[in-house]
Amino acid sequence: MAFLARALRQSNSRLSSRCPAVAASCRWISPTAAAGSPEAGAAVAPADPEMPPPREPVGGARVELPPNPEDALEVFVDGHTVRIPKGFTVLQACEVAGVDIPRFCYHSRLSIAGNCRMCLVEVEKSPKPVASCAMPALPGMKIKTNTPVAKKAREGVMEFLLMNHPLDCPICDQGGECDLQDQSMAFGADRGRFTEMKRSVVDKNLGPLVKTVMTRCIQCTRCVRFATEVAGVQDLGMLGRGSGEEIGTYVEKLMTSELSGNVIDICPVGALTSKPFAFKARNWELKGTETIDVTDAVGSNIRVDSRGPEVMRIVPRINEDINEEWISDKTRFCYDGLKRQRLNDPMIRGPDGRFKAVTWRDALTVVAEVLHQVKPEEITGVAGKLSDAESMMALKDFVNRMGSDKVLCEGNGPNPPADLRSNYLMNTGIAGLEKADVFLLVGTQPRVEAAMVNARIQKTVRATQAKVGYIGPPADFNYDHEHLGTGPQTLVEIAEGQHPFCSALQSAKNPVIIAGAGLFEREDQDALFSRIETIAKKFNVTRPDWNGLNVLLLHAAQAAALDLGLVANPAESIKSAKFLYLMGADDISLDKLPEDAFVVYQGHHGDKAVYRANVILPSSAFSEKEGTYENTEGCTQWTIPAVPTVGDARDDWKIIRALSEVAGAQLPYNSLSAVRDRISTVAPNLLHVDERELPTISSEVKPPAKQQMSSAPFKTVVENFYMTDAITRASKIMAQCSATLLKK
Amino acid sequence: MLPPAARLAARRLLGICSSSASEAAVSRLAPFPIAAASARGPVSSARPFSTALNYHIDSPENKPDMKWEFSEANMKKVKDILSHYPSNYKQSGIIPLLDLAQQQHGGWVPVAAMDAIAKIVEVAPIRVYEVATFYTMFNRTKVGKYHLLVCGTTPCMIRGSREIEDTLLEHLGVKRNEVTSDGLFSVGEMECMGCCVNAPMIAVADYSKGSEGYTYNYYEDLTPKRVIEIVEMLRRGETPPRGTQHPERKNSGPAGGNTTLHGEPKPPPCRDLDAC
Repeated sequence: MAFLARALRQSNSRLSSRCPAVAASCRWISPTAAAGSPEAGAAVAPADPEMPPPREPVGGARVELPPNPEDALEVFVDGHTVRIPKGFTVLQACEVAGVDIPRFCYHSRLSIAGNCRMCLVEVEKSPKPVASCAMPALPGMKIKTNTPVAKKAREGVMEFLLMNHPLDCPICDQGGECDLQDQSMAFGADRGRFTEMKRSVVDKNLGPLVKTVMTRCIQCTRCVRFATEVAGVQDLGMLGRGSGEEIGTYVEKLMTSELSGNVIDICPVGALTSKPFAFKARNWELKGTETIDVTDAVGSNIRVDSRGPEVMRIVPRINEDINEEWISDKTRFCYDGLKRQRLNDPMIRGPDGRFKAVTWRDALTVVAEVLHQVKPEEITGVAGKLSDAESMMALKDFVNRMGSDKVLCEGNGPNPPADLRSNYLMNTGIAGLEKADVFLLVGTQPRVEAAMVNARIQKTVRATQAKVGYIGPPADFNYDHEHLGTGPQTLVEIAEGQHPFCSALQSAKNPVIIAGAGLFEREDQDALFSRIETIAKKFNVTRPDWNGLNVLLLHAAQAAALDLGLVANPAESIKSAKFLYLMGADDISLDKLPEDAFVVYQGHHGDKAVYRANVILPSSAFSEKEGTYENTEGCTQWTIPAVPTVGDARDDWKIIRALSEVAGAQLPYNSLSAVRDRISTVAPNLLHVDERELPTISSEVKPPAKQQMSSAPFKTVVENFYMTDAITRASKIMAQCSATLLKK
Repeated sequence: MLPPAARLAARRLLGICSSSASEAAVSRLAPFPIAAASARGPVSSARPFSTALNYHIDSPENKPDMKWEFSEANMKKVKDILSHYPSNYKQSGIIPLLDLAQQQHGGWVPVAAMDAIAKIVEVAPIRVYEVATFYTMFNRTKVGKYHLLVCGTTPCMIRGSREIEDTLLEHLGVKRNEVTSDGLFSVGEMECMGCCVNAPMIAVADYSKGSEGYTYNYYEDLTPKRVIEIVEMLRRGETPPRGTQHPERKNSGPAGGNTTLHGEPKPPPCRDLDAC
């Protein structure tokens, strides 16, 4: 009996110890039991302890639901309700729900391939896991992303991907920013089951910018799609089949796109990496500085990655209105020019013709002395193409205080249309070009002048079959275009309605005319622009709701210079100059400069103009200073210093401020904010950072031009895409590119 | 080379045949001597498919800057092929055009031909290269006038296709995918061509008469002896009878005539629906 009693007691205690747990687990697992009671309304479900709280969308993305509620649908991601617009994929729905789906081949800006299978998720009532990137979300779909089925599917895919992927992460440049590395931490097995030989693939030569290690390739085809869809250069393809499949060009060929560097960013593994950056640094050693690019007038948003005092690389930042997430090769690879040919000490040319390093005090004293010996009207100031608005403001104020009004910015031509902002800006906006259906390019080759603008035009042409007409010298285009003519004669024909292209313009809903800033250099530019305006009026290019009349500027400084009024005639100013102050201006013609003129060169690179300079004042480059730049669409942006400046160089505006004090005409500002206060009285739009100030007055108030139009054909403005300014001319990588990639 | 599992399977099957089945059954199953799969020596390092490499290497007869165009007669065929597709989907014609170009160019497509096709169908050349490298029946390096393709899939392999291939290679004195010095023959491997009932088999692509006289014939039920005879007949310019080479078989029927299905086959029994 005692035995029985003991056994009963034991079982009892076991029972009693188990029962609460069972009850608790019941409460945990099935909350519906509690919800079943009449008091518990709909409010019970969100307070459910099992369900994690809803998450924020991935990357803080905002989803704009269409105004019509019928165009939106509701899906359930891991039990949470998400409202998304129609046409979203399952993967996008998950992103809205805050669930990051692993992926390799999917890229939001490229077409969907669906071949990596990494984004598999479980969908209720679907017999198999679903590739979420290619599956459109359907109303009421119940998507599960963290179930054992989904996890196992991803683990399986990962094992297959790692099967042929070399284990060379320690010597791979992608290490630390590799999608495969990151995702194998989440889904990779701790050991491999693969005992055969790994496959190996011959490396391809894609030119001086992109390094290939094709054995690492996982065949996501992002680069193939990028080359075809964004760069518009169909060089890359997927060759072979099965385990012999590889990315290549078949016939050996360099990648000749001006956007080729972007394949480095989109490659999820280390198959395509940066050749100049190879084995230079690891990404976790680098300090990122979010700044903008100044090598063209687009002002692409970039991140300058630096280690200590050295710029190691440049990568793009996302800005939907300007560069999306691409940058041109010139922007990406010009950085080694920042380390070469730099001016680091003030220097004076001695009687023997050699430069001698001196102190700032001596240099400024010499300049001030010479400045007082010349007549005020013989003083000329020239701002270079990389100048920021602050230094141009200081230069203008200084030269004006010395009694001269001859201040100009290179590239603006003899008589720039500076009176109305709409006459020198891209009024449609870079992103606005996507709405256009007919383009008329006058004297501009956007592919070399502003690669990112060209990428937008290419995107539009590809998406909507927009027509492109081009007037200018024969040029390379990466989209379908009609070459209408080479000179102003064609403009006349279009203005008079005799040209066959007129019918395209006539039927266009949103026509766009883009005139190149190269036309500013022509003597007859007033007549040309009035003819372009005639065309604009005739074909309804400028309407209250659409301004399609654009000017595509060439240089980063140009828009701000025109805003600030640096508009003197270069030929006359140079001819009469006895004291020439070049602020980074290297491309202005000094042929007409009098022999006895005194030239001060203030800049960061020993480039063309240094040969003529008497005094050199070293200044800092765009990566080393804070400056305001206005891009071709009128968007004001700041550069942020990423690295310390070299040697004894100073910011441009500070040098001029110091010189003004030595010369006895002190400028009334001592800080950057004070300079900006001064700018606000001249061009307040330059203070509205990251905003596009639209021109308010239309071009109709312009007086009619009385000039005669010459019949000289338009000229090519940018001969070498890779070398356009002092920084890129000093760059070794850009020199290699010009040698290998430019067509002879 | 084929996966080791297949070879293992072949060996197993052989073992089963020799040990358990009666002599008569074996002789019916295998009328010809079967070479032991394991007897085969190390496989040549050449790629098993007709594709040599997935990239182009310049050679005197294959350069991108050479001129290549369809002949006058074939240009008519090109127009006919393209007429099958909508004018905005000309690229659908890439495969038939590559085939035509291969027939015209003696069994292989040079890069120049692919470029010419790209121009005709208005796509970038790389899109044609992608197709040509994907399909193993497009030869991108030179082949012989008679391109002999040995089936290497499991049924043929079990029935001795390895030996057939070895015999061919030895008789012609070439390696796989290599052309004989007289330019007449080359030997390649193919995957299943659907003749398993008459295994082993080879397919002979005859490019000796251009795209007009182009033939693509199967020679089935081969023995090493017979395959040499076929090669010699081809060398003499004769046309060996295509199909099964077994003296007693007709098409894919059993040796010595039908053993079953002598009369009209009975129709299948049907349920009397009214009775239900």
